[in-house]
Amino acid sequence: MNITIAGCGKVGTSVVSSLVTEGHDVTVIDNNRKILAEVTDVYDVIGVFGNSVDSGILMEAGADKADLFVATTQSDELNMLTCFLAKKLGSKHTIARIRNIEYNQSSLEFVRQQLDLSSSINPEYLAAHEISNIIKFPAAAKIESFSRRAFEIVEITLRQNSMLHGLSLKEMRAKFKTKCLICSVQRNDEVTIPDGNFLLNSGDKIGIAATPANIQEFLTEIGYIQKRIKSVMILGGSKTAIYLAKMLEASGVSVKIIEQNLEVCHQLSEELPKSVIIHGDGAHQELLDEEGIASTDAFISLTGMDEENILISYYAASRGVPKVITKVSKDELFVMAEKLGLDSIITPKKIVADLIVRYARAIENTKGSNVETLYKLMDDKCEALEFKVQSGAKVTGIPLKYMKLKPMILIAGIIRGNQPITPTGDDIISPGDRVIIFSTDLHLNNLDDILR
Amino acid sequence: MNKKMIFRTVGEITLLEAFLMLIPMVVSIIYGESCFLSFLITIGIAVAIGLPLTLCFRKVNSAIYAKEGFITVSFAWILLSLIGALPFLLSGEIPNYLDAVFETVSGFTTTGATILSGEAIEGMSHGLLFWRSFTHWIGGMGVLVLIMAIIPSNSGHAIHIMRAEMPGPSVGKIVPKIRETAKILYLIYIGMTILEVVMLLFGGMNLFESLVHTFGTAGTGGFGVRADSIASYTPYLQWVIGVFMVLFGINFNIFFMIIIGKIGTAFKSHELLWYIGIILTSTAVICINIWGTYETFGETLRTSFFQVGSIITTTGYTTANYDTWPVLSRIILLGLMFVGACAGSTGGGLKVSRLILLYKIVKNDITRALHPRSVNTVKFEGRTVEKETVNYVTAYFILYIFLFAVMVLLLAIFDGWADIASLFSAVAACFNNIGPGLGAFGPASNYAALTWMSKIVLVFAMLLGRLEIYPFIVMLRPSTWSSVRES
Repeated sequence: MNITIAGCGKVGTSVVSSLVTEGHDVTVIDNNRKILAEVTDVYDVIGVFGNSVDSGILMEAGADKADLFVATTQSDELNMLTCFLAKKLGSKHTIARIRNIEYNQSSLEFVRQQLDLSSSINPEYLAAHEISNIIKFPAAAKIESFSRRAFEIVEITLRQNSMLHGLSLKEMRAKFKTKCLICSVQRNDEVTIPDGNFLLNSGDKIGIAATPANIQEFLTEIGYIQKRIKSVMILGGSKTAIYLAKMLEASGVSVKIIEQNLEVCHQLSEELPKSVIIHGDGAHQELLDEEGIASTDAFISLTGMDEENILISYYAASRGVPKVITKVSKDELFVMAEKLGLDSIITPKKIVADLIVRYARAIENTKGSNVETLYKLMDDKCEALEFKVQSGAKVTGIPLKYMKLKPMILIAGIIRGNQPITPTGDDIISPGDRVIIFSTDLHLNNLDDILR
Repeated sequence: MNKKMIFRTVGEITLLEAFLMLIPMVVSIIYGESCFLSFLITIGIAVAIGLPLTLCFRKVNSAIYAKEGFITVSFAWILLSLIGALPFLLSGEIPNYLDAVFETVSGFTTTGATILSGEAIEGMSHGLLFWRSFTHWIGGMGVLVLIMAIIPSNSGHAIHIMRAEMPGPSVGKIVPKIRETAKILYLIYIGMTILEVVMLLFGGMNLFESLVHTFGTAGTGGFGVRADSIASYTPYLQWVIGVFMVLFGINFNIFFMIIIGKIGTAFKSHELLWYIGIILTSTAVICINIWGTYETFGETLRTSFFQVGSIITTTGYTTANYDTWPVLSRIILLGLMFVGACAGSTGGGLKVSRLILLYKIVKNDITRALHPRSVNTVKFEGRTVEKETVNYVTAYFILYIFLFAVMVLLLAIFDGWADIASLFSAVAACFNNIGPGLGAFGPASNYAALTWMSKIVLVFAMLLGRLEIYPFIVMLRPSTWSSVRES
C-alpha cells in the first residue's frame, strides 16, 4: 500500500518504523534535512524535502496515489491543512494529528467532516485512554473500541470456577441484569459466535461487547474485577493528565494530581473541579508520603521527564502501591524501565503507531467494501466490522428477531447518533445508524451480506 | 562492525557469479569448445566458497551501516574478479593469472582495457569472448544491486550498499522500497539491452556478436570480438552502437520518468541537457577539426560522434584510430575521458553532475571573493545542494586528482620507457573506466607491454574508478578494522 507521512518527529518516525515493518511503500515529507537523512538512512523509504502544504511537494511525495496519508507535523493547523490538500489531490484516506484540547472538543466532528478526514489522532488522549483501561480492567484483557469509544469489546478468559461456568447465555442474561452481549467464544482454538443456548465453560475465551460503563459493571458482577481502583495519584499536570482525570472522574475514581507549576495548577483546578490538585514537587518524598502515596490504589507518573517518571514510579512501587503506571517516551529508556521491573509502561508514540498500523491493515482488508472499521479478534479468527447503514439497506425496518441472518453472524451493537444500544430482539436498525457486526465469515463487504 | 553480514553478502555474490557463469558455459557447449570445462571447474570453486559463507551466516543480524556497505562492495568486487579470471587461466587462453585478473577487472569495472592483442582476441573461443563481454553487463549496473533485486531483504540499511555501488554523488531511490528500485533499474537495463540486440540483428550482425557488443555497450565497457573494435561493421551498426552508448550513459532515473509519463520533468534535467550539450559540441568541433580525413560528411560525422560518445560514456569502442587525429581532437577526447557519463548510469568518469556542481561551487567562491559578505547557496536541478554534498563533491575531486597523480607517478617508475602522454592517458583510461588510451596504449594497441607492477596499479585504478574511490579507501583504512569491543 502507498502511504505518505508528513512530518517526521517522534511520533512520525515511530509510525514510519511500524509501517515499513508491515511492508508498505512509505514516502516521508519533512522540512528538516537532518531528520530526513536519518530516517531514509535507517528505513526503506523515500524522503521528500519541503513544506507539506506545498502541493508540488505533496505531488512529489505521491499524495495523489496514496492509499493513506498521515500528517504528524508539529502543528495541528498544518496537519489539518495538509490532510485537506492531500485529500483534494487524491489521497484515499487521511489521518491528521490534532492534539490541541480546544480542537478536540465539540467542533472536532465538524472539522473532521469538513476536511474529509478519515480519522484524527490525539496522542495525549490515546495515552490517557490506554491508562484508564489499565486502571479499569485487570491485566490480560484485550480491549477494542468502536465508534469513537461508544462501544467496547473486551476479550477475557474465564477462570476456573468462574460464575459463568455451565450457564447458557439465556440463563446468564436472566441472572445478570447488565446489558451486554457475549459475541464470540474461543474454545480449543475454535471460534464460535454463540446463540442463546450456548453453554459457557471455564477456560473459554469470551468477547464481550457493551458500552464501557456496562462492561466494567458486568466484569465486577461476574467477579472478574475483584478490587476496583478507587483512588489514583497522578504526577504531572500534562494534557494526558487532564484527559485521564476526566475519564477517571466520570467512572467515579477519586483523582489527585501533583503539579510543580502553580499556573498549571490553577488551570487544572478550573478544568477538573472534582479532582484534588496539589502544588508541589513530586520528586520530594515527603510530599508524596504526606499526600498518602502508601494508601493510594494506583500511581501514574506523567511528567515530561522520562527519567523522573521512572525513578518516582520506582519509589511508588517500593511503597507498595498496587498499580504503578509510567509514561516513557524514549525507546532506549523503555527497555531499561522494563528491566527495572516497572510493569505498566505507556509510550504515547507507540500507541499512535499501533493505531495507524491497524488503520492501514483495515484499509487493506476492506478495499472495495463498505466496512468503516475492522478489528480482528480471537487471534484473528473472528472479525468485528463497523458499517454505516445506508438508506435503502435491506436490514432496515425489521426487528432483529425476525431477521434471517447467515450462520455465525451477530449484530453486536447499534449506535444511533452518539447513543450506543446493546441490541435485543425488538430493536430495529434504521438508516444513519452504525452497526457492529461480529462474524467468523471473513468476507463481508456490505451490511446486507449478513442476510441469508 | 557486522562482519558476519559482510561475509554472507559476499557469499551470496559468489553464488550469483557461479549461476551467471552457467550462461557462457552453455555458449561454449553450443560452439563445442573445450573451455566449457574451465567454466565448470570455476563454478565448482565459486560454489565451494559461496555456499558455506551463505549457509554459515544465514541467520545473522542484518543491520548494516555505511561502513559495512563500503566494505561489502569492495570485497565483493575483488572476489568477483579473482574468481571471474579463473576460466581464462584454466583454459590456457590467458596463461598468466595476473593478466587474466586484469582482463576480468577490466570487464567488471566496464573499462574495456585489454592485454590481448588483436589476433589473440580474434582467436579466442566463443565461450570466453562471451564471458569477457558478459562481465561488462554484470558490472555495469552492479552486482550488489542485482542481489538486492533478487534476494528479499527486510532491512532498510541496504541503501548503504546501493550508495556504495551506484555511480554518482548522491543516490536517489525512484520508489520507496529499495528492492523495487533495484528491480526497476534492472528491468530498464534488460529492456534496453534486448532493444539493442534486436536492432543489431536487424542490421545483419549475427546473434553472438550482437550479444557481445550489446553487453559491451550496455555496461559502457568496450570489449568486442574484432581486432579493430567496431570499425569494420556497416555504418548502420556503428550508428546503432553509437546511439546506444550515449543512451546507456544517461541517468536511469530519467528513463523511469519517461516510462511513467513525466517526460517534461525528464527533459528538464540539467545533467541531461549538459551531457547532450557536451556531446554535440565536441562532435561538432572534432568534425571541423578532422575535416578532409574522411571521404564524406556522413562518415566524418559518424566517426566523430562515435568516438565522442564512446569516450564520454567511458565505453571505449572505436571505429577509427583517433591517435592519428590532430592534437585539438585528441585533447578534446582526453578531456572527455575525465568528464564521464551521467550519475546513475552505467558509465564511469567524474560524472557530468559532479562537474556541474564543481563549476557552481567555484563560481560561488569567486563571487564570495569579490563580495566577502555575500551569502550564496549552490543549486542543482532546482534544489539547494546541502553543505555535506558540496563538501563531499569537493573532497572527491581532490582525492581523485591526488590518486590520479600518484598512479601516474607509479606507472612512470615501473614503466619508464613509455612517453608522458601514453602513461597519462593509460591511467586516465583505466581510472575513468574507458579502455583504450592514447599513444602506446591507444586503440590500435593494448596494455600487454606493461610490467606486472603497473598492471596491478591499473587494476586498482579500474576498481577505484568504478566504485568511486570511497569504498576502497574505507577498506584500506586501518581504523575501519579496529574496534574496541568485538561484537
